[in-house]
Amino acid sequence: MTPVTVNGRRYNINLPDDTPLLWALRDELGLTGTKYGCGMALCGACTVHVDGQVVRACQTPISAVSGTKVTTIEAVGTDRVGRALQAAWVDMGVPQCGYCQAGQIMAATALLKRTPKPTDAEIDDAMSANICRCGTYVRIRSAIKQVAAAGQSGATR
Amino acid sequence: MSARGTEGVTDRPLVLANVSRRGFLQGMTAAGGFILAAGFSSVARAADPPKYGADGMPNGWVDDPLVFVAIAPDGTVSITCHRSEMGQGVRTGMPMIVADELEADWKRVRVVQAPGDEKRFGNQDTDGSRSTRHFFTPMRRCGAAARTMLEAAAAKRWGVPVSEVEARNHEVVHAKSGRRAGYGSLAKEAAQQPVPARDSVRLKDPSKFRYIGKGQTKLVDGPAMVTGKAQYGIDTRLPGMLYAVVARPPVYGGKVVSVDSTETLKVPGVLKVVEIEASPAPAHFNPVGGVAVVARNTWAAIQGRRVLKVTWNDGPNGSYDSAAFKSAMEESARKPGKVVRDNGNVDGAMAGATKKIEAEYYIPHLAHAPMEPPAATVRISGSKAEVWGCFQSPQATKDLVAKRLGLQPADVTVNVTLLGGGFGRKSKPDFAIEAAVVSKAMEGKPVKLTWTREDDLMHTYFHTVSVEHLEAGVDAQGKPVAWMHRSVAPTLFSTFVEGAKNEHALELAMGVINVPFAIPNIRIENPEATAHTRIGWFRAVSNIPHAFAVQSFVAELAAAAGRDPKDFLLEVIGPARRITPEELSDGWNHGESPEKYPVDTGRLRRVVETVAREAGWGRQMPKGRGLGIAAHYSFVSYVASVVEVAVDDQGVISVPRIDIAVDCGATVNPDRVSAQMQGAAVMGLGIATLGEMTFKEGRAQQDNFHTYEVTRMSGAPRETRVHIIPGDYAQPMGGVGEPGVPPIAPALCNAIFAATGKRIRRLPIRDQLKA
Repeated sequence: MTPVTVNGRRYNINLPDDTPLLWALRDELGLTGTKYGCGMALCGACTVHVDGQVVRACQTPISAVSGTKVTTIEAVGTDRVGRALQAAWVDMGVPQCGYCQAGQIMAATALLKRTPKPTDAEIDDAMSANICRCGTYVRIRSAIKQVAAAGQSGATR
Repeated sequence: MSARGTEGVTDRPLVLANVSRRGFLQGMTAAGGFILAAGFSSVARAADPPKYGADGMPNGWVDDPLVFVAIAPDGTVSITCHRSEMGQGVRTGMPMIVADELEADWKRVRVVQAPGDEKRFGNQDTDGSRSTRHFFTPMRRCGAAARTMLEAAAAKRWGVPVSEVEARNHEVVHAKSGRRAGYGSLAKEAAQQPVPARDSVRLKDPSKFRYIGKGQTKLVDGPAMVTGKAQYGIDTRLPGMLYAVVARPPVYGGKVVSVDSTETLKVPGVLKVVEIEASPAPAHFNPVGGVAVVARNTWAAIQGRRVLKVTWNDGPNGSYDSAAFKSAMEESARKPGKVVRDNGNVDGAMAGATKKIEAEYYIPHLAHAPMEPPAATVRISGSKAEVWGCFQSPQATKDLVAKRLGLQPADVTVNVTLLGGGFGRKSKPDFAIEAAVVSKAMEGKPVKLTWTREDDLMHTYFHTVSVEHLEAGVDAQGKPVAWMHRSVAPTLFSTFVEGAKNEHALELAMGVINVPFAIPNIRIENPEATAHTRIGWFRAVSNIPHAFAVQSFVAELAAAAGRDPKDFLLEVIGPARRITPEELSDGWNHGESPEKYPVDTGRLRRVVETVAREAGWGRQMPKGRGLGIAAHYSFVSYVASVVEVAVDDQGVISVPRIDIAVDCGATVNPDRVSAQMQGAAVMGLGIATLGEMTFKEGRAQQDNFHTYEVTRMSGAPRETRVHIIPGDYAQPMGGVGEPGVPPIAPALCNAIFAATGKRIRRLPIRDQLKA
């Protein structure tokens, strides 16, 4: 049994310790918003926050997150920055197929919480670990900049 | 948790749908059969009257409002989308068309995804950039017929002539008396009204459109997508569901010799291994066979597969080596091949030309790599089966799962989830058949079968590999007087037809045979090529290699003539004229009517002129920067692109800006047209700079995103500007999902030439520019 706190709720996960957080979230907890894309931390589709830091859930064993706070796309909207980014994503029509966008939003949220006014280079650095095969990058950049410009990326409430 | 991310249409407690008049407005239907040949059947069977567009597709179209529209007593309008959503925005676009004609308030519309059932909904095969151009008019009639029924119901209730009432924004109004009735209150009575005859349905004047063409409508799935609630094929969850992954033969056509599952069965959570019978080549949409590992969760299944010991017989493709194959194709491309178009006297004109120029271009195999790999879930109960998944072709899924399980297609329900990207991969329902086989082996228990990224890259239906050999004879001014193009590429029909070695008419019609150039002597040849892996269609298909070669070569001729590439391209296209596909020896024309869809060089010229103007063609560029232009006609749309490239002194490429002009006729959702072009620019750059699948000993060599690279944000254009040529709703529409891709690679390579003087003829570019 591995105790894990996800989105403010405590779970005891009855899977081998080395099970990646990704599959525990998806198959065991039913939190399918976190996506599988590569299984090797190459694409960012499985991006979640562990104590506010960006983590690729596919390469993170559940034993490593015991005693931490995991946040997934399902709860990132409770955060002011996450919520502003979600709204900007919808408003600017960022998603195409939408599959990678959970990971994109998790990465963008962590970026703006750390760097409220990122430069283009900082956006590229933070976001280039997240692949979008539909090619929505230009709009992702615009949406991040819009939220940053609107001052919605400051300190959390 | 519900597994039904998309709701079925049969159990809605909605009033307008309750009257069964199925088939009343059933459209014309084609003979069906081989799914790819749809739209080509008219040519293949000359005795039949030709059918084009949606009429030529299996099961044609349906415009019955009782099939697509349901109105609840509370006024909620449910509109069924029968096409699959994979990022093109069809679940927004199709319902927008219906809602607009229906005069429905978009805020009160919800979208229901149709299950696979083409008899009921019309063709559902979502590829070929066809949804909007085939269903714009049927969906308009559908919405207009429903609106007419609501008006008739209101007129009847009030005892006034129907000509005195008018539907307006979710209610029917009788202006004379000031009476009004909401759609919800009228739904039951409207359902009793006869569905109006198709010819009598009055369509809106386009000036009255509320949503169509406005670009103001947000994606219906946007909020679900950004909150993690959107349901893709891989997200299906059912009570008691088991999880499976499959070890597949590493070589196309290979078979299992023996299996040792001892270690696999020791992995905690693993329940069973199940052999999936190999299908004899050609594989069609059937599984390639292998051994499934069934477990209590996906990770356990993956771990179990890792220690599975399978001995394979590789079969005849075990020696496939893509480097050797490239040489073999080049050899073929330098010898005469099957002549597929011959105008004038190419040999004579070449002999008399001032100069002969030739070049050869290579594009490797590609993998679609949708971010969601294929995944399907199947549950079997007695003689019935249910399927959930990310399917571009739900009817083929239904038919083939039924066939494999020995059931009637009517007893197989196919629920279509969102697709996390498709790009042609998810047209092929082999993964659903695999899930069905495994579910059956597990006594019908629900089984979700997931492809890992490695599976997706190494076992996809690969984009073909091609060598394009071009020769031109030019006069003293450098103007081409003779054009000879030999295209060598394994055909995607090799996956369906034993021994197919020539490009099919539909591949030739993707920009090699139908070059609409004002050159008097043109010959196109197609030497044979044998497929050694599973070939399939990939977004824009054969247009990718053909456009790369043709548009690069035109720029090479311009350079040889010392001319501006844009001016030269316009000269080669020649004056504005409407050319019948027949004149270009094109017997396919993307399945569209040659009368309605001639090749219009005026439209091609206009996208070139527009993109050049908007991109500031001719502007002074600093050292190491350049502009390149390319134009291509595909999926009956016209697209031209200007790529601005910067090449640094290390040979590293970046793309500050791309301009794209697109003429796809009138648009339903211009914001999605822009989005498709922006996305195509990124995919096109990836094809040009990074993407390559290679083979050794029959085995795909790239297994994840570290070896099969795709464009990331750092490699994306800083800016992509899309210029949509305004269209007329009275004129036929063109495709949008695919036509943006082909011009990008040649425009980039032409820009690199402008920036560096180096001509790229082999993709991907990778380190070819490195010092």
